[in-house]
Amino acid sequence: MSERLTMKEAARIPDALAPGHRMCAGCAHPIVARMIMKAAAGRPTVVTNATGCLEVATTIFPFTSWDVPWLHVAFENVAANASGIEAAWKAQRRKGKGPLAKYERLNVIAYAGDGGTYDIGFQALSGALERGHDFTYVLMDNEAYMNTGIQRSGGTPIGASTTTSPAGKVIPGKTEWKKPIMEIVVAHEIPYAATINPAWPQDVLDKCRKAFDTVGPKFLHAVIPCTRGWRYETSDTVSIARLATQTCIFPLYEVERVKGRPVWRLSGPSASIAKRPESKKPVSEYLEPQGRFRHLFRPKRNEELLKFIQEGVDLRWQMLQERCA
Amino acid sequence: MAKQELLGLNGNEASAYATKQVNPDVVAAYPITPQTIIVERFSEYVADGLVDTEFVAVESEHSAMSCSVGASAAGARAFTATAANGLALMWEILYIASSLRLPIVMAVANRALSGPINIHNDHSDAMGARDSGWIQIFCENAQEVYDASITAWRIAEHPRVQLPVMVCMDGFTISHTMENVMTLPDDAVKKFVGEREFIRVEGHMGEAELRLDPEAPLTMGPLDLQDFYFEHKIHQVDAMDDALEAIKDVDEEWAKVSGRGYGYAEPYLMGDAEVAVIGMGSAMGTVRHVVDELRQEGVNAGMVKLRLFRPFPAAELKKAVGRVPMLGVMEKCISFGAPASPLMEEIMTAYYHDKEKPMMANYVVGLGGRDVSPAMIREIYGSLLKNRKAGKVSKPMSYIGVRGD
Amino acid sequence: MSKARTWKELPKGAVSYRSSRDYKTGDWGVDAPRIDQAKCVKCNLCHMLCPEGCIAVREDGSPEPDLDYCKGCGICAKECPVKAIEMVRK
Repeated sequence: MSERLTMKEAARIPDALAPGHRMCAGCAHPIVARMIMKAAAGRPTVVTNATGCLEVATTIFPFTSWDVPWLHVAFENVAANASGIEAAWKAQRRKGKGPLAKYERLNVIAYAGDGGTYDIGFQALSGALERGHDFTYVLMDNEAYMNTGIQRSGGTPIGASTTTSPAGKVIPGKTEWKKPIMEIVVAHEIPYAATINPAWPQDVLDKCRKAFDTVGPKFLHAVIPCTRGWRYETSDTVSIARLATQTCIFPLYEVERVKGRPVWRLSGPSASIAKRPESKKPVSEYLEPQGRFRHLFRPKRNEELLKFIQEGVDLRWQMLQERCA
Repeated sequence: MAKQELLGLNGNEASAYATKQVNPDVVAAYPITPQTIIVERFSEYVADGLVDTEFVAVESEHSAMSCSVGASAAGARAFTATAANGLALMWEILYIASSLRLPIVMAVANRALSGPINIHNDHSDAMGARDSGWIQIFCENAQEVYDASITAWRIAEHPRVQLPVMVCMDGFTISHTMENVMTLPDDAVKKFVGEREFIRVEGHMGEAELRLDPEAPLTMGPLDLQDFYFEHKIHQVDAMDDALEAIKDVDEEWAKVSGRGYGYAEPYLMGDAEVAVIGMGSAMGTVRHVVDELRQEGVNAGMVKLRLFRPFPAAELKKAVGRVPMLGVMEKCISFGAPASPLMEEIMTAYYHDKEKPMMANYVVGLGGRDVSPAMIREIYGSLLKNRKAGKVSKPMSYIGVRGD
Repeated sequence: MSKARTWKELPKGAVSYRSSRDYKTGDWGVDAPRIDQAKCVKCNLCHMLCPEGCIAVREDGSPEPDLDYCKGCGICAKECPVKAIEMVRK
C-alpha cells in the first residue's frame, strides 16, 4: 500500500511546476501536472516531456517552470528518452558512481499529449512498455493536436469538430471512435495503469502514489479539457472534466497486475455509478456545453448521431464493468 | 607505451571490442546490416558479464538515438551504432543530440541509402548527416576503427567540445573484413578514457553540471525562439572550431599510449606529386596501392587520405595537398542537383580565397557497394594526367565505372 | 529590461537560466478572485485546481491568491463548494 498523501498535505507542498508558465487561462494541463508533481515530491524525480502544449508553454527560453530536472527531445520519442534516463540511473547504480547512484528508485515521469501517444509516439511507447523500464508515462489527453491548432488525432472522440475533421455540410466532425489506448497499454502486461481526472484530486494523488511505488512501466491517462479546442468558458474546465466521468465517456478506473493477471477496478465516482446506474448522466450533457460538438445540437439536434454516440459509450462502459466485475 | 595484443577482428568487431574496453554506461541499439555485428558482439559481452553496461534493445533507430540522448542527458556514457536507413531514421534526433551538447559516440557502418534498397557501402548516409552538428571520423581499416572508437570518447567529452561523434567505417569492406588489429590492454584503455567530464552551466536554480540531477535541476531542451536560437547555434559553431584543436590533442595523447598517430589529412608521396587523389575510407588503401604502381611506372602520383570530415580540417588538408597542380576528389556520394559532390564542394570552398590552388576534378565511385578497383583508380589518374597536360579540367564531374557514362 | 545576453553569456546546451516566476502572467485576464474568508471552509480545492498554482495556502489553511500570476480563468470561483470566491474586475 502506498502512503497516502491527503489533499491538505498536498496543498502545503511547494509546486515543482512554477507559476509564470504560458499555458492558456483555464488549461487543465498545469492542474494535473501540479497534482502529479505534488505526489512526486520527496522522491528523486526526473521529468521528460514530449513536444506539445505542456512542453512549449512551460519552457519558453530563457524561462522554465520546472524545479525538477527536465528534458525535452522531440515529439514521438518521450518513452525512449525515459528509457534512456532509467537506463542511465540503473548503470550508475550498478557501477556505484554518478549522482543518480545513491537512489534506490529514480522516479522517471514522461509526459506526452494524445498526438505524442496515440499517434506519432505510439511505437516508442509500445517498445518502452515491452522492455519493462521503470517509469511512469502520463498521457495528457486533450483529444487533438491543440498545440498546432486543433487537428484530429487518434485520441479525438467521435463527432468532434477539429480543423482536420471539421463539421461540414456532409461530414459531422470526426467519424471514428477514440483509439482504446488503455486496453492497448494494458495488453502490454504492465504492472499498473489508471485513468485520472482533475475533478477528483484525491484520486489523482492516490493513483500517482501507487504508480510511483510500483516498479516497472506505469501508465496514467488524464483527461485534459482544452478551453480553446473544446470551446467552452475558461471557468468550466473542471466541470467539463467531471461530466466526462459522470457520463461514463471517461470512466475512472485502474488496472493492476495481480499474480500475472490484469485486475480491473472502477475508482470512486465510476464505482458509484456502477452501483447506482440511474445516476449515470446522458452523454449529451457532456457534449452540449462544448463548441466542438455544437453541430450535434444546432441548428437542430442530430438525434441519430447522438443516439449512436450514446450507444457506443454505453457499450464501452458495459464492457469496462464486465472487466471490473 | 602499453604492451599490445594482436587480434584478428573485422571493423564491427574492432568497434565492439574497443567499446567493451571503454565499458560505457548505456548502449541502446537496433540491428541493421552491415552494423549488426557490433550490437551482437556487444550483447554477448553483456550476457557474459564482461561489461556492466545497461544494454537497451530498442525497437527502432529513432529510439536508439532517443534513448542515447536520454541516457547521456542523465550523465551516462552512451553508445550506439547504425547504418544507412537507420541513420536516416535517427536524423531528427542527431541534431538534437548535438544541440543538447551530449557526447554520444556512434559507430556508422556506411551503407547506401535507399532507394532502391541496397545494403552495401557508400557514403550517402554519413554525408547526409554532415550538417547535424556531429563530429565525423572516417576510418580506412579495422585498426583505425579500433583506435577511433576509443579516442572518440575523449574528443566528445572534451570540455571545449561536448559534441557527439560518429566513427564511420565502410560497410562490408571494413565492417566485415577480418584484419590484424593491435589492441591495448583493458586497463590502458580505461585509463585513457577516464571518467566522463561535465561542463558547468548556470541554470535557473543555480550552477550545475550539464546533466539531469535531482539535486541540481536543469531544464534541458526548452522552446528556443527568435530571440535566442541563433545564439545557441553559434555555441555549436564555436564548439566545432574548438574540436579541431581538441582532436589533435587527443590523437597526440593516443599516439603516446598506442604508438599510432593520425593526422586529419594524411599525405602519401605528395612532395613531388604532379597528380593526386584525395578521398576518405577504405578505398584509399587501393589508391595507395595504385600510387605505388604508378610511381614504378614513372608517374609522379600522390594521394591524401582525409580522416576527419566534421569539423572540416581545411588548413591541414591544404598542407597535405601541398603544391600539387592537379587534384582529383574521389567520393562515394552524389548530391543530386548540386554542382559537385559534398567532399568536392568542401575542398573547393576551402581553396576559394587562395591565390595558389590546384585544379580540381570530381570523381564519384563505388555507389551501392560497387567495387572500386585499381583499374578504376588508374582511370582517375589517367584523367588527371590528361587534364594536367591540357592545363584545364575537361570534365569537372565524372561517374567512374558507370556503364554508358 | 536588461540587455539581452550575447552568445558568450548564455549557458551552453541551451539550458534555461530564469525561472518563470520572473514572468508575470497576471495581466492576461481582466478578472481576479476575491475570497470571502468568513465563508471559506479551508478545503484547499481552489489551491489544487488553480492552473497557475497561484492560490497559496496560509499557515491556518486559508487561501491567498497571488494576482501577479492569476490569468482570471475563474475555475476557483466556479469550483468552490461553499461559493466563497467571486470573480471581480482587477
